[in-house]
Amino acid sequence: MTETDKKTKENTEANISAGPHTLSWFARGLRDGIPICMGYFAVSFALGITARGIGMNALQAGLMSMGMVASAGEFAAIVLISSHAGVIEMISTCIVVNLRYFLMSCSLSQKLSPDLPFFHRFLLPYCITDEIFGLSSAVEGYLDPCYSYGMTIISVAGWTSGTVLGVLLGNIMPAFAVNALSVSLYGMFLAIIIPPSRKDRFIAGLVVISMTASGLFSLLPVLSTISGGFKVIILTLLIAGAAAFIHPIDEQKQ
Amino acid sequence: MNPGIYLSLLIMCLTVYCIRMLPFLVFRKEITNVWLRSFLYYVPYVTLAVMTFPAIVTATDNIWSGVAALIVGLLAAWFKGDLFFVAISCCATVFLTGLFF
Repeated sequence: MTETDKKTKENTEANISAGPHTLSWFARGLRDGIPICMGYFAVSFALGITARGIGMNALQAGLMSMGMVASAGEFAAIVLISSHAGVIEMISTCIVVNLRYFLMSCSLSQKLSPDLPFFHRFLLPYCITDEIFGLSSAVEGYLDPCYSYGMTIISVAGWTSGTVLGVLLGNIMPAFAVNALSVSLYGMFLAIIIPPSRKDRFIAGLVVISMTASGLFSLLPVLSTISGGFKVIILTLLIAGAAAFIHPIDEQKQ
Repeated sequence: MNPGIYLSLLIMCLTVYCIRMLPFLVFRKEITNVWLRSFLYYVPYVTLAVMTFPAIVTATDNIWSGVAALIVGLLAAWFKGDLFFVAISCCATVFLTGLFF
């Protein structure tokens, strides 16, 4: 059975039991969203403290987090607001800092069933964060968007409340707690990329090369001055591009 | 021209939303180009690996608790693989090593 056949079969089965199936995906999303929520809370708490530093109030910071759901993107937004940037500068900085989401959306668009109702193409983009994208693309076969929606509801709640509390409470949260929570997100990334590496040696190699290159980028002169967002874009284009050339997926499936 | 804070936020939120939304409108059919399909298939692995290392090591105040979290995370993901378990193991490692360093 080819990959396409498998997907079609899974999809047909999904349609037969559309109600409970979708609901269980949603429930699974809520569950998998818990560690995301915890990690987000720690990061967005720090974000809230920064926002307060430039004079934003809790409502403004909360709206920003709910509307953008982007860590580096929001730090950039705070800098733009505090420096009284103009509209053009705001839009162009936002595009550059958040460009990796463009790649992620391209990738996830291929996980959607052709029969999926069109409105999901307007809802799902809101859910594209590093973590939710990672988990959504790790699903076997077609993605049921309700899985992403479940994760999004719980993690955006953590993200927004963390930001608001960061503004309101400032430095009350002890440093060791923020420290411990801050690695939660990276732990999740490992849980996404390591199990497939165990099964597929090419993916394992890809992960090792990506981490090594990323390490070199932060150590070497010149390269280390490149911003985090750009590093992700450059390395993704180079490494995934080369991997697709060396080892096209259809060849491997046959 | 500098808009107020609320208008600035609206402009930036819309910009970020459009970046995420456009690919979903453009790629409505399955891509047939083998290279492009393979590229998009590999994107998550590369992106997440690049974002994890070395960031996990420098995320905490102490570099050694970051290194410990990385090692524990790798082992937990390799042998157990459960998302919540791996995330909690990393947090617990940083918390415990923080008590000693």
